[in-house]
Amino acid sequence: MSSLEPKTILTVDDSRTMRDMLRLALVEAGYRVVQAIDGVEGLKLLEVERADVIITDINMPNLDGVGFIETVRGDARHRATPILVLTTESEPVLKDRARQAGATGWIVKPFNPTKLVDAIRRVAA
Amino acid sequence: MGTLSPESLAAIRVVFFQECEEHLAEIEAGLSALQGGDRDPETINAVFRAVHSVKGGAGIFELEALVQFSHRFETALAEVRAGRLEPDPEILRVLLRAADVLADLVEAGREGRSMRADRMAPLSEELAALAPASAEPVEFDELNFEPRPVVFQPLGATGRAIRTWRVRFRPYAGLYAKANEPLVLLRELERLGRAEIVLDASGVPTLEAFDPEDSYLSWTITLATEHDEAAIREVFEFVEDDCELSIALDIGDLPPAVATTQATFEAEPLATAGEPHPEPAPSIPVAGRGPAAAQTIRVDLDRVERLVDLVSELVINQSMLAEHIAAEALNRRDGVAIALDDLHQLTRDIQDSVMAIRAQPVKAVFQRMSRLVREAEQATGKRVRLVTEGETVEVDRTVIERLTEPLTHMVRNAIDHGVEAPERRLALGKPPEGVVRVSAAHRGGRIVIEVADDGEGIDRERVRAIAVERGLIADEAALDDEAIDNLIFAPGFSTAEALSDLSGRGVGMDVVRRGVQALGGRISISSRRGEGATFLLSLPLTLAVLDGMLVSVRGQSLVAPLSTLIETVQPRPADIRRLGPNASLLAIRGTHVPLIDLGQALGYGRQAEPLSAQAVALLVEDDAGERAALLVDDILGQRQVVIKSLEANYREVEGVAAATILGDGRVALILDVNAIIASQRRHADAPERPSVAA
Repeated sequence: MSSLEPKTILTVDDSRTMRDMLRLALVEAGYRVVQAIDGVEGLKLLEVERADVIITDINMPNLDGVGFIETVRGDARHRATPILVLTTESEPVLKDRARQAGATGWIVKPFNPTKLVDAIRRVAA
Repeated sequence: MGTLSPESLAAIRVVFFQECEEHLAEIEAGLSALQGGDRDPETINAVFRAVHSVKGGAGIFELEALVQFSHRFETALAEVRAGRLEPDPEILRVLLRAADVLADLVEAGREGRSMRADRMAPLSEELAALAPASAEPVEFDELNFEPRPVVFQPLGATGRAIRTWRVRFRPYAGLYAKANEPLVLLRELERLGRAEIVLDASGVPTLEAFDPEDSYLSWTITLATEHDEAAIREVFEFVEDDCELSIALDIGDLPPAVATTQATFEAEPLATAGEPHPEPAPSIPVAGRGPAAAQTIRVDLDRVERLVDLVSELVINQSMLAEHIAAEALNRRDGVAIALDDLHQLTRDIQDSVMAIRAQPVKAVFQRMSRLVREAEQATGKRVRLVTEGETVEVDRTVIERLTEPLTHMVRNAIDHGVEAPERRLALGKPPEGVVRVSAAHRGGRIVIEVADDGEGIDRERVRAIAVERGLIADEAALDDEAIDNLIFAPGFSTAEALSDLSGRGVGMDVVRRGVQALGGRISISSRRGEGATFLLSLPLTLAVLDGMLVSVRGQSLVAPLSTLIETVQPRPADIRRLGPNASLLAIRGTHVPLIDLGQALGYGRQAEPLSAQAVALLVEDDAGERAALLVDDILGQRQVVIKSLEANYREVEGVAAATILGDGRVALILDVNAIIASQRRHADAPERPSVAA
């Protein structure tokens, strides 16, 4: 993978506010951003888009974060795709479930753009 | 807030508050459904997610009070979602009131003010009581770092001095399973300073025993950095549980054995699939209870407005074309006539489609009534159940915004003066809970909204007495029931005593009526004593466009709203009766109506007498059902016109509701039929008054 091409990050979150925040921070940091509003749309996008890193929320309708992660990990093409979950301070249980499902790391909401990029750097080649 | 520009943040802030409106509606709808007996897990899930989202966004914009309150709300909802808290009527009442407070907090956050603690605190306490002692959200840390107790030599002064660390890192298989990549971590480590990395591959087995899923490598990194241990450990934050990790100050030339007596991080065993926490997983995937999969997109309101403007100009342009072609008598040729017809139809269709984009269901307005009813219940001690019908009826955006106010007053009035107190209702043999039914429907090209209560109805004796007392009617005046009922709209009828402290703003029904009429609407009330009363509100479907009859008076173009028009007539001199110098009557269909010379009424000048043979009149009816015949010089045909406010562009003029621009670019005034008829009544015995001619 060329290190000159911008990395593509798939963000999955049903909150438009959060999507806008993520896009803003990620584009600023030089990433290419693709967005989905829930797990179902996320899976559809993965069929046609490359994703160097996936950032997903946990609480979503239709297919929540944990289910999404499990499905993604179950797909051979994405077994090694880094997945970061968006979590809040007060959800250690949910964060653990996400990790057991195969989440690579996590970002605590509300996120600091610098920390967001740090987290991505720690998982993306 | 990191590197984000204030402008971008401001834009997202707007988005956040827009989203909050949706979330609040979602919460209201979900809790109401629960109240109605809905026990679908997805319903409570949706409410939870909505509160959760509000909390998340509030955190971004540092709306502290909102974060705290929504956290408690969310925690309580989590209990319901987990099945640990049964949503009985009492609990639901608390949750619904919490939703109201949440809405207030959002509002306060949007406007940048803080809410009084006494508004929020009691309910916050109630919510906290619903959930077992749970962790409050922690203050936002700069560092997402959980210090682990490690046995360490006391560190020297933390400063910018470069120290050497020895990091030993051995990943477990689980680390790879989660798509972590040691090389990436090592690279990040290198960014902290100067690193010497030594790979230990001694654990790699022979090819037969080699399991590609397993982990055999480990690394020892000597890192010279000015960062502290926390920064080093942070690099491994995600993998701490999936590896052996030790971070220690390199004590230089001590033998490795000694160095490794420094604390070795004991990794916890990977948790297995079965987890002890009782919280059940939300069903995956979930059958959405939301609206059908109709796709929607978000569009900037400005773009829609621009489109509406453009289409309006298209309509004007198309009529200009039609006029020119008519003038050239070209339309006699079939080809042109047909094409023109097609164009006209096409333009109309486009306009309908564009207006439909702006059309919204009245549901949002009705939902606000739920909260209103709850607050009214609290304020009056009465019990009221709100029933809504026709939420999906759609109206143009321009009308939706103006619906809330009259609707609010009608509902308040129904609860204040209509529905009786529970004890009284029981004594009357009625159920203690009163019902207020709000319904919307399309009728006759307008939207009709009814607010019906099953209360005591209008006390006609009392209303009549008050009206006489205030000099609104003569003591001996004979009025039928309906007329008496509608006296409540008469100016000066309501006083401070009649207004409950619910309204607070002290608005009487007469003000409400004037507001409605300003929209081109009508409002009335009908009542059955002892059984209840029904407010009837009718509004045009859109305030932007009007179907009207174009007429010409003394060379001026005027438009009469089609909704007021009954028919066009050609009065014969024999049908006209003089009543006085300023009043005439027209005999029509066995009755007489005032004949109003529009030119005179608007100050353009009196029509020449006697009546010319080509004179035509519009038989119109106002909101009160009063009829009149408006004398005009010529009737030019029906037109759909775009309403432009006269007040905004000029000033208020009596007899004129608004203005429009015709196909030929001329300005035409849109008649206010109510005002014209009322004015004529007043002037029947009064000398002439100039009005519009200027």
